Amino acid sequence: MSGIPHDHYEPTTKGQKWLHRRLPIAGLLYDTIMIPTPKNLNWMWIWGIVLTFCLVLQIVTGIVLAMHYTPHVDEAFASVEHIMRNVNGGHMIRYLHMNGASLFFLAVYIHIFRGLYYGSYKAPREITWIIGMLIYLLMMGTAFMGYVLPWGQMSFWGATVITGLFGAIPFIGEALQTWLLGGPAVDNATLNRFFSLHYLLPFIIAALVAIHIWAFHTTGNNNPTGVEVRRTSKAEAEKDTVPFWPYFVIKDLFALAVIMVIFFAIVGFMPNYLGHPDNYIEANPLVTPSHIVPEWYFLPFYAILRAFTADVWVVMAASWITGGIINAKFFGVLAMFGSIIVMLLAPWLDTSEVRSGRYRPMFKWWFWLLVIDFVVLMWAGAMPAEPPYSTISLIGASYWFAYFLVILPLLGVIEKPQPQPQTIEEDFDAHVGKAQAPAE
Amino acid sequence: MLKKIGISAIVALSLSAGGATAAGGEAHVEDIDFSFEGPFGTYDQAQLQRGLKIYTRVCAACHGMKYVPIRTLHDEDGPGMPMDQVRAYAEQNVMVEDEETGELREAKPVDHFPESMDPNAPDLSLIAKKRAGFHGPYGTGINQLFKGMGGPEYIYSLLTGYTGKDKMEAGTLFYENTAFPGGWIAMAPPLYGEDVEFNDGHANDLESEAEDVSAFLMWAAEPKMMARKQAGLTGVIFLTVLSVLLYLTNKRLWAPIKGKKPPQG
Amino acid sequence: MQNGENLVSHAEDHEGTRRDFLYYATAGAGAVTAGAAIWPLIDQMNPSADVQALSSIRVDVAGVEPGTQITVKWLGKPVFIRRRTDEEIEASRGVEVSALPDGIARNDNIDGQVPATDENRTLDEGGEWLVQMGVCTHLGCVPIGNAGDYTLDGNVGGWFCPCHGSHYDLAGRIRKGPAPENLPVPVAAFVDESTIKLG
Repeated sequence: MSGIPHDHYEPTTKGQKWLHRRLPIAGLLYDTIMIPTPKNLNWMWIWGIVLTFCLVLQIVTGIVLAMHYTPHVDEAFASVEHIMRNVNGGHMIRYLHMNGASLFFLAVYIHIFRGLYYGSYKAPREITWIIGMLIYLLMMGTAFMGYVLPWGQMSFWGATVITGLFGAIPFIGEALQTWLLGGPAVDNATLNRFFSLHYLLPFIIAALVAIHIWAFHTTGNNNPTGVEVRRTSKAEAEKDTVPFWPYFVIKDLFALAVIMVIFFAIVGFMPNYLGHPDNYIEANPLVTPSHIVPEWYFLPFYAILRAFTADVWVVMAASWITGGIINAKFFGVLAMFGSIIVMLLAPWLDTSEVRSGRYRPMFKWWFWLLVIDFVVLMWAGAMPAEPPYSTISLIGASYWFAYFLVILPLLGVIEKPQPQPQTIEEDFDAHVGKAQAPAE
Repeated sequence: MLKKIGISAIVALSLSAGGATAAGGEAHVEDIDFSFEGPFGTYDQAQLQRGLKIYTRVCAACHGMKYVPIRTLHDEDGPGMPMDQVRAYAEQNVMVEDEETGELREAKPVDHFPESMDPNAPDLSLIAKKRAGFHGPYGTGINQLFKGMGGPEYIYSLLTGYTGKDKMEAGTLFYENTAFPGGWIAMAPPLYGEDVEFNDGHANDLESEAEDVSAFLMWAAEPKMMARKQAGLTGVIFLTVLSVLLYLTNKRLWAPIKGKKPPQG
Repeated sequence: MQNGENLVSHAEDHEGTRRDFLYYATAGAGAVTAGAAIWPLIDQMNPSADVQALSSIRVDVAGVEPGTQITVKWLGKPVFIRRRTDEEIEASRGVEVSALPDGIARNDNIDGQVPATDENRTLDEGGEWLVQMGVCTHLGCVPIGNAGDYTLDGNVGGWFCPCHGSHYDLAGRIRKGPAPENLPVPVAAFVDESTIKLG
């Protein structure tokens, strides 16, 4: 399966041979868990395991919550309170699920930025990257629908605002929005279908995760140098890699345990810190909260959505060219989805020969500016849509697009990269220590 | 180097939380040192019982608390009242509509507190969680990391924040309040001090009463807080031990690969 | 030198045990953590606090006159509470246990298998109060009161299950029909003069 030469599973006992001829599942598991992994992976490579854990955590706690939750507008809010007050340990399970979503997104953002810095999206890992972005999109959909379920004020009005985005699409928008909601406004039909889909999508995510892993097990992991593992012989490959088990399993579990310490401290001592108090008010279609904000993990894209108002020249130009079909509202929607699509296209927008940002002196600056941009957009997304925040959002959104559409293609041409190590072994020995090194 | 991503993401987290409500006017909320604050904080049973008395005599005239079952007054992690007292409380103070006959009857412990009498009076079950007292600075939620969400503090400040001024607007009398967003509230001052007498002679000035009823409403909103903190603490301790063990295992596992001798004990 | 070498190899031995111990300790701690995480997932399926709170209810029987009965719902099932007249008590106490299809009292308030005398079925010593589950022991239908072959004149007392024709007498004991056992008597007690606590 994998391109890196390594030992494969050999059934030894009679029983193993019997099974292997009929269903080579042991071999599949062995090859997956013993995959040769570049030995120079740093602590930024732990987030995949954290994300896998998050998916399992959310599915398990979610199934439990579904046993006690009632997806009906008259009872949804009360059933959540029932979970919080009556169900054995229900308050803890619900808070784990609630904060688990935040951990999930924190991890996925670090994972994505890791990929952007070390060029993990570049050939031959484009498919891994695209599957990853699809997972991210599904995560956003799942989280959005999950947030509607407690049927608080933010649930209701968040759903109203976000489904309103689809209404902005010219010609079919209104029909599409009505179809999504199952009526003229967010109501029982909406709640029911969101519950159904919120339960379904995580399993699709799980399937995509399997494909994501399959893809990068075929190409091999990227690593901080961006230099590929030598594949000419097993002996050479073994100089660059160690098996995933036990070396990286234990390393990743250690990182996961440390993250869990912080996670449990948040769940135990301040579970509502990342939430919005308005969601403890039952949904009321007749009263809008004074200030609607999405959950923190949507804020950067929410800021991009709101950045393009009618007085911005690109919006005016787009409107003039299309004869008014693309108005400011639709432009915002396009910008929001576009900001994710440009990430998706990164493998083809980045023209540099060098994979890892470590050896790209100019790229580093632009990359870190992008990280800061992301944080600034997150902050601006939480602020009211008025100056100076709208201006900040516009600058931030512009940089986001400029990074992918202008800077990445240009840098490959004008930048002079630094020398890269020849092999992973060379990098590892230089930074970590040789296996044959004398004792200290 | 990429550690910075982690740090900036964490900063971003704290930035965004609570940035939401930053727009809601410069209301003044007093920071109270409640017994249930901090990782080891617990509810004070006597205080919750005093708060219940104030709630029953004053708040319940207009407000309801429909998500709170009366039986939970017996909870060890809550007011901790003996069951016969809870039963007597339900019978003497609460009338509910019978599910089967539809008639009003005396409440039983399994019943919930009733809904609000006055449709304009919000339900108080979750009031301490649906108001955040602390925000900022600059739209970041960092203050809440140190002071807490500030729900009970908001209630306290609201109850003690009447200035004595009022005005008529569109046929409704509004009272000036320093804690209420916007500064003018339709609710008349509910507490003046000495509204209730306590059997043990506990102080019943306005500030003490406001503090007691705020604590009671915090319990009503988050009755499992103590169990939650305990679970969180257990988790933190367990996982810290596991982290240390995994750290040592990881170090020892990698030692030959990294060409280092295992650390000498 | 010789000594030194010995020391080294001894130290390495020691090293090996310590490494094994560390690995076992880590695996053990991991297993305990996983186990601790699984328990809440199982426990959440047990009855929740609101359901548990209904496992014991109080019934006001002040309005129940002799010769009448009420039916209350408890644990999702009907419970018959009958205040019997002197005639019912007298007639019921005259029945020989040996004549009964089921000679066991089926009373949860009494430990062990005691004979199904009328005294062993009633709540009070005088035999005025009869509290029993209103669920036929045959296939779970709800029997009809003041009906069947074992009533006093004028259809007073006794129960009859319409589903398959089981007849219960004045003390809720099975007398005729397919039901195998007497109607069970649940845990019940007077908490004051006019209140019966079930469970």
